[in-house]
Amino acid sequence: MTTARVNDFAFKIGTVNGTGSASANGLIMQSIFRMGIPVSGKNVFPSNIQGLPTWYEIRVSASGHVARTPIFDLIVAMNPATYARDIEELAPGGWLLYDSSWPMADTLKRDDINFIGVPLAEMCVSNFEKPRERILMKNIAYTGVLAALLEIDLDVVRTLLEETFGETKKHLLDSNFKSIRLGYDYATEHFDCPLPIRLEAMSENDDAIIIDGNTAAGLGCVYAGATVAAWYPITPSTSLVDAFTAFCARFRKDPETGRARTAIIQAEDELAAAGITIGAGWAGARSFTATSGPGIALMGEFLGLAYYAEVPSVFFDIERVGPSTGMPTRTQQGDILLLAYASHGDTKHIVLFPADPAECFEFSVKAFDLAERFQTPVFVMSDLDIGMNDWVVPKLEWDDEYTPDRGKVLDADDLEKIEKFYRYLDVDGDGIPYRTIPGVHPKGAYFTRGSGHTKWGTYTEDSEEYLEVVDRLLEKIDSAGAHVPSPKIRSRPDAKIGLVTLGGCDGAVREALGTLEADGSRYDFMRIRGFPFSEEVTTFLESHELNIVIEQNRDAQLLSLLTLETPIAKDRLASVRVYGGLPMSAHHVITGVHERLGIGAQAEGARA
Amino acid sequence: MSHITKPRVVHPALEKNALGLTRRDYEGRMSTLCAGCGHDSVTAALIEAVWRLDVEPHRAAKLSGIGCSSKTPAYFMSDSHGFNSVHGRMPSVAAGANAANRDLTYIGISGDGDSLSIGLGQLCHAIRRNLDLLYLIENNGVYGLTKGQFSASADIGSTTKRGVPNEQPPIDPVLLALTLGATFVARSFSGDKEQLVPIIEAAIRHDGFALVDVISPCVTFNDHVGSTKSYAHTREHYREVTETAFMTPTDFVPLAEEITADIGAGQARDVKMHDGSVVRFRRVAEDYDPTDRDGADAYVRERIREGEVVTGLLFIDPDSRDHHAVMNTVEEPLWDLPFEDLCPGSDAMEALMSNYR
Repeated sequence: MTTARVNDFAFKIGTVNGTGSASANGLIMQSIFRMGIPVSGKNVFPSNIQGLPTWYEIRVSASGHVARTPIFDLIVAMNPATYARDIEELAPGGWLLYDSSWPMADTLKRDDINFIGVPLAEMCVSNFEKPRERILMKNIAYTGVLAALLEIDLDVVRTLLEETFGETKKHLLDSNFKSIRLGYDYATEHFDCPLPIRLEAMSENDDAIIIDGNTAAGLGCVYAGATVAAWYPITPSTSLVDAFTAFCARFRKDPETGRARTAIIQAEDELAAAGITIGAGWAGARSFTATSGPGIALMGEFLGLAYYAEVPSVFFDIERVGPSTGMPTRTQQGDILLLAYASHGDTKHIVLFPADPAECFEFSVKAFDLAERFQTPVFVMSDLDIGMNDWVVPKLEWDDEYTPDRGKVLDADDLEKIEKFYRYLDVDGDGIPYRTIPGVHPKGAYFTRGSGHTKWGTYTEDSEEYLEVVDRLLEKIDSAGAHVPSPKIRSRPDAKIGLVTLGGCDGAVREALGTLEADGSRYDFMRIRGFPFSEEVTTFLESHELNIVIEQNRDAQLLSLLTLETPIAKDRLASVRVYGGLPMSAHHVITGVHERLGIGAQAEGARA
Repeated sequence: MSHITKPRVVHPALEKNALGLTRRDYEGRMSTLCAGCGHDSVTAALIEAVWRLDVEPHRAAKLSGIGCSSKTPAYFMSDSHGFNSVHGRMPSVAAGANAANRDLTYIGISGDGDSLSIGLGQLCHAIRRNLDLLYLIENNGVYGLTKGQFSASADIGSTTKRGVPNEQPPIDPVLLALTLGATFVARSFSGDKEQLVPIIEAAIRHDGFALVDVISPCVTFNDHVGSTKSYAHTREHYREVTETAFMTPTDFVPLAEEITADIGAGQARDVKMHDGSVVRFRRVAEDYDPTDRDGADAYVRERIREGEVVTGLLFIDPDSRDHHAVMNTVEEPLWDLPFEDLCPGSDAMEALMSNYR
């Protein structure tokens, strides 16, 4: 039997997609959040509209751990098709809540877990009239059962429903709350409530919000002043532009005319989305596109053009499992090398690696500043886990002192004063030329070419003239290393091993540190947040005998990039990788690190 | 090869436009195309049109993809902004630039390879968006820079220099544009500057996507007997369906006056454009209505079946609404909106955060 655990457990809800379970699951997550308890939610969903299995995983952690955990104490099994799998995944001593309107085969039963059967379908059929209601309310009813089993505060649930439905949809409020009560009352009547795993209100979330990374990034684009967005629908990036569109409807209308201060263009494919983004950047707007790995692959040629023609533009890559279409609804960090060197020929790009929605917001603003400062495409590398899952992060704040860094732009007055303007001339010796916005002044006109051009902006097929430009570009991009977000470093005295990671692995690695250090071992920790790498990254690597690089792809792409772009010796880097499509957990990190260090008999390794 | 700078010699007697600029002021660098290339004639027509329209050079953007045709933006309007982008993708770059700054005059130059094969998708969607752009195809039926392969506009039976016939049906940009809902569709010939210049003028002033397909023979790879895109073949099969004159609001002459002076009534028709400019159709083929899409489509198809190269301003939608009108964007160029109009600020942020609790 599981011992009592308050605010420290994980459960998941297995349903069929397209049955409306998402709102029930969101309600549960939000209720726990409102109770002030640290919580995280992960939606594991199929590439499908209706009828396939989907799971929503909720982890409650008083100590604030947000990484996914693969061990579940309770499973709400609402999908008979996945009973076997759900039952198998349950931790010994755990609880399986299922719909007992139909019998469960004895062959499925396990002796070491507890079955909680609630006739949800029957209850809804006898209490609701309309067929649609009977189906939807089944999901809301399990919320009621969970409220009893886990002690979710019913007042909080009620308040949330009131906020959702308001006065205008009172009938929906009533039917929802009625089904919650059905579940709640049945549970209290038939089972010992609460279970040993239960919730207790805290006050950890007063300054926090629940938000997904794509929404936060879309909001960042609004705050950064982006006015042109081009995109082609692709999971898991679509909700970024959806969010941007919704925010623009609210914040970007001319108050007098109601007309839009933003152009949002759904392109015919990702090539066009890249072209529109680059065209708009060239014409002076802050512009962006959001896509996933397959889209970046298609944008390759344009990215080289923008790099070489020095056009500011921002590209969000919300990664999914590759290659090709891969597993579109699963997460991975498989595009690190693709982004760093996207396109043909000699290219290198600025890439930012946010770890959570708060950084998605912050880095999306930063990306526009860097794109204009360095006159080049900038990538924000997020992934499905960060982009589409619900994260609890500190409230986003905005500093009204912020002004966009438009970089070295000559305006009409500047141009009036100079004799002649050369677009690609390194006047200041910092590798960054001046640019002009088309139409501003007759002296500002220049010819933009993807093909060879001289520093004077004229056409060339001459080696020396080409080298002058292409070498300056490298100098320019490398100098951005000092301006990308600096790594997050946590140091321990005398630690000889460094754990290095990026992006969404952050939570798993930081959680793992607690366990790894429980035996008195000491580790330093660095989360890299931008490429090109800053000096601090090199210093960190060189100050450790061994650096274990933890990432979510098969080919150790971050490790590879570190060997290519820092002087660190290869034998001082080791790798832990998780790339099966589900977010990394602390368990993976602990096992992987121990294995690399030869500690304990680790049978499974780090692959999951 | 580097580049060839053309000395700018301005004779005081050269005619000036309203901006005080001569035609020379609209020229570009020396062309590096083959001597006799149709594209150079198109360049000359473009220069004439923008000079007549008093386009401020720095308020114009010339965009192109890749190919012989796409080199030509370097050969006119040196004082304009040029963007020689990637193969077949100019429409998207133009869409982005136009989204950012609706106030510039956008001139897109493409070829039959650039437009009808690698760039066919982008062309189609630029038409659907009704992007405010002159989209001029310098159509010669072959790939020049890669030395004479057929393009998608090559007619069935047209032969290569070595006599190999093309056996795949052509994509006709005019029929394509009519089908896709283009709001301005014209065809002309590089050898007929008189016809081409007013078409380009009207196309630039048109509020939306203006497709101008110009048969522009390739003297090196596709000007032989057996080619249906040669100078000789085009001249022989040329059929001018409409003859157009373009008049800005200032130089507009009412139809009645001109008819008395010039042509017979019933043969002329004015179509007023959204900025007040007028396209005057004269000597229009019998029963031809250039504002009737289906009629235009049927007529052009019929004449093509007869082996004719149908030219003229073939269709115009005077009620055209461009991409910005559809997006309902503000009048001001988006790139130049003040930051305070774009950023909601800290108070809005604080209020917004309550939605995420």
